[in-house]
Amino acid sequence: MKWVLVLLVICATTVGDVFRSLGMRQHGEIHDFRPGAIGSAFAMVARNSYVIVSTCAMAVSFFSFMKLVSIAPMSFAVPMSAACFIPETLLARALLKEAVDWRRWTGVCLILIGVFFVTK
Amino acid sequence: MPETSVMARVETRAASDLRVKTRLFAVLTILSNVAGNSALTKGMQQLGGVGNSPLALIAALFHPWVALGVALLIVWTLTHMALLSWADLSYVMPVTALSYVVTAFAARLLLNEYISLERWIGIVLITAGVTLVGRTEGTTAS
Repeated sequence: MKWVLVLLVICATTVGDVFRSLGMRQHGEIHDFRPGAIGSAFAMVARNSYVIVSTCAMAVSFFSFMKLVSIAPMSFAVPMSAACFIPETLLARALLKEAVDWRRWTGVCLILIGVFFVTK
Repeated sequence: MPETSVMARVETRAASDLRVKTRLFAVLTILSNVAGNSALTKGMQQLGGVGNSPLALIAALFHPWVALGVALLIVWTLTHMALLSWADLSYVMPVTALSYVVTAFAARLLLNEYISLERWIGIVLITAGVTLVGRTEGTTAS
């Protein structure tokens, strides 16, 4: 059961983050941070199909993670869910056309090992 | 003054403003994430085991700590979304991993938890990774 939840958290978080990035990029940079402007920006974003898919995926990820921490220790749940850094970085390069150089890859690897130690 | 020089200065200023904005939102994202997850964890621990049905999970949302955690995670979602409207996912994701380090220090300062040697190694590795990614340009995709 816990491995199914780990897989669910990783897949749903990856889909959620990549689609959120696609949707927000489609919307464009948010410049105006006055409450009214933020409200209308998020009202517009809420109708973006990428953001809708992302929100559904994030909800799956959230409830799966909640369930996971209720049956497994945090020292297991947190590093396992951090494994989504790898597929997300791969997709950021392939799908989002980001410049993922050696510093970003090395950084991601150091962080993954670090998360393992921090949550031990 | 040549026009190209003025334009170059305007571009440098814009890039610098964007860098400051990216860092500010990264900090907001990290803090709301740490506070939200801490409140959520405290609530879930107080509740003990939660049943398998979606209704049991929804009922858990009405626990005060879980509700506070959810509210803070909504703030995290909004700042994260705003950040992704101009910054790379492959930049935002590792940089906001600093939340693991903030969580460890918060546990040390607020809960007086002991930080073991293994945790210190993890903190150093994460900080090194975040520093490395933080040295790259936050926005590379067109």
